[in-house]
Amino acid sequence: MSLLEVKDLQVRVEEREILHGLSLTVNPGEVHAIMGPNGSGKSTLSHVIAGKPGYEVTGGQILFKGEDLLEMAPNERAAKGVFLAFQYPVEIPGVTTWNFLHAALNAQRKARGEDEISSPAFLKKVREVAKSLNIPQDMLKRGVNVGFSGGEKKRNEILQMALFEPAVCILDEMDSGLDIDALRIAADGVNALRSPERAMVVITHYQRLLNYILPDFVHVMSKGRVVKSGGKELALELEESGYAQFEDAA
Amino acid sequence: MPAVQETVERVRRIDVDQYRYGFETLIESDKAPKGLSEDTVRFISAKKDEPAWMLEWRLEAYRRWLTMTEPTWARVNYPKIDYQDLYYYSAPKPKKTLSSIDEIDPEILKTYEKLGIPLREVAVLEGVEPPPGGPPSANRKIAVDAVFDSVSVATTFQKELKAAGVIFMPISEAIREHPELVQKYLGTVVPTSDNYFATLNSAVFSDGSFVYVPPGVRCPMELSTYFRINERNTGQFERTLIIADKGSYVSYLEGCTAPQRDENQLHAAVVELVTLDDAEIKYSTVQNWYPGNSEGKGGIYNFVTKRGDCRGRNSKISWTQVETGSAITWKYPSCILRGDNSSGEFYSIAISNGFQQVDSGTKMIHLGKNTSSRIISKGIAAGKSQNTYRGLVSAHRKATGARNYTACDSLLIGDKCGAHTVPYVEAKNSSATFEHEATTSKISEDVLFYCIQRGLSQEEAVGLVVNGFVKDVLQQLPMEFAVEAQKLISISLEGSVG
Ligand SMILES: Nc1ncnc2c1ncn2[C@@H]1O[C@H](COP(=O)(O)OP(=O)(O)O)[C@@H](O)[C@H]1O
Ligand SMILES: [Mg+2]
Repeated sequence: MSLLEVKDLQVRVEEREILHGLSLTVNPGEVHAIMGPNGSGKSTLSHVIAGKPGYEVTGGQILFKGEDLLEMAPNERAAKGVFLAFQYPVEIPGVTTWNFLHAALNAQRKARGEDEISSPAFLKKVREVAKSLNIPQDMLKRGVNVGFSGGEKKRNEILQMALFEPAVCILDEMDSGLDIDALRIAADGVNALRSPERAMVVITHYQRLLNYILPDFVHVMSKGRVVKSGGKELALELEESGYAQFEDAA
Repeated sequence: MPAVQETVERVRRIDVDQYRYGFETLIESDKAPKGLSEDTVRFISAKKDEPAWMLEWRLEAYRRWLTMTEPTWARVNYPKIDYQDLYYYSAPKPKKTLSSIDEIDPEILKTYEKLGIPLREVAVLEGVEPPPGGPPSANRKIAVDAVFDSVSVATTFQKELKAAGVIFMPISEAIREHPELVQKYLGTVVPTSDNYFATLNSAVFSDGSFVYVPPGVRCPMELSTYFRINERNTGQFERTLIIADKGSYVSYLEGCTAPQRDENQLHAAVVELVTLDDAEIKYSTVQNWYPGNSEGKGGIYNFVTKRGDCRGRNSKISWTQVETGSAITWKYPSCILRGDNSSGEFYSIAISNGFQQVDSGTKMIHLGKNTSSRIISKGIAAGKSQNTYRGLVSAHRKATGARNYTACDSLLIGDKCGAHTVPYVEAKNSSATFEHEATTSKISEDVLFYCIQRGLSQEEAVGLVVNGFVKDVLQQLPMEFAVEAQKLISISLEGSVG
């Protein structure tokens, strides 16, 4: 059974159709890259998978481990292992990062019928994870993303990914706003989380990121559709010839 | 477990129509006849065995009250109160005169147990987790004075306080036992003529707490009063008077609850604080009177006058309040900064949900030289509620070097509620520096979705964001109260997002 199956998905926002029948199949252990110009619907796809309000699914379906994902509340999806690393992580003033992570982890554990994790045990765990990702401890004490640099925000997303151990990770424009060093650090973090059980969907505008996170499959999106799929060589092809060749296909 | 998470957990388990303290205690009570007249005032005074001067003081207030009219300037609407349709005195019927806590009606003890208030003389040892950034849990003692309807039923830790020279007792007792102190200070901060509700209180106040901390003494424990209205149609009029003599310090906590009732109940308290040279009073309130049901029926009308007088040099008064209950809140804890170098603080969290109306804020009156004040107000409006911050900062002609910093932040949840900020500033000398900042924001969908994507429910997400919003103020509360307040905040916002 596939981990994530998006079948002929049609999505509207405010009466306007944005995704016009999009399909995507992701198996455990695979890394898929979704590339496409601005406005092609990449973020829309990631939001609909995660269950963000404001999108109307007018056709198609999304299965997660064979279950109907669209029937689940967004926090239920999270507990089952769907993780979205946001393009623009929000700031939550007054709520310390470790406090937030602890609350979220326990909410997920509870939804899965697992025991909650105590403060000391959690602190130990989050410190280990942060260390393995070279994330300084003081970041945990600061308000969630408050005053974080672009690189720190992205690393905080990866920290959460490592902590929650999701089955499928969707990374929306992880490279946006990062310089090459920050990009490399973030990509190292993601690579460390690759495993035979876990799948990744890496959304990006630029081929650059894919030099650091090597995908198994590349899909080109244009105007709300996947217009071409292939292996990692497709990304290099795109780099040379640009998206223009696909505009007509869409 | 993080405190916020714990909050959410506890809230989940509480299966009541939002208000968890809405039970009634079945005990016999001793009431004054319904209505208000000179006879009512005499009845109360006689019940309390008061000296003649006290009765005179009350009667004078009553006569003045007859000439006054109810104020209408606050942004609150409510049907006219029929002052003749209320009971002004209600006391649990004692089996005999009480000489120890063991003689208190077990029903009342049970009530306080349900409320989580320790009336037994035990130290609070429970290992509660500190709020984020808060101090580590310490084993601390809290002396409690519990007021049930109109009378004080128990004051704990008397011996230990006595050893330190601290007087902490029901004000009705203080009037008999320490008349010189009461006469010297009562009504000197909030005069009997101050305002409609304070004048009414002066005439009919039934009980409340009295604290005197002698020179140079740091009160060895937190002092705490819990007010509970139980009787139907009963107004509650407490009077609290706290005096910190030269170089002394005291921290005082006030909590309040009431049963759920369809009709509205009136609560009009007066609190007076006096600090002499180098003294400090820290006064914290968690106000959780019944707010009314989801249709706006019932709930407490809370018209309170709280004022502190920094009478001495270098003295300090700090008000911290968490206002979550009441159908109507009309409350402006204030500081008169009379002594040179004195300072006043007001930290406030005011939450309104359902049909609640809150009009609250503070007054900082700078009279002495080099006085300073600080106001941090966090208003949170949800449901169909209205939440107003009303504040005055003034500097007298002679108050050179007066400084104030005010920050008022409002958070709106949903689009049927309102938040309003009404700041008044009067600087009568040019050396005053007053700073004012205000923000109003809506709880953002993107922030909520971020939290929910990480596994939190909508309500947990709101609780988390709001607790973050009020963090600066929560940190001002003594730890046990901070934990309680966090829980209350989540409870009072239940059902605020759909
Ligand atoms: N909330 C919204 N309201 C209206 N239009 C939207 C909204 N979100 C996305 N769109 C539109 O949907 C299209 C796809 O946007 P998006 O999914 O963000 O693309 P990408 O992430 O590929 O840049 C764009 O034309 C965008 O303007
Ligand atoms: Mg995008």
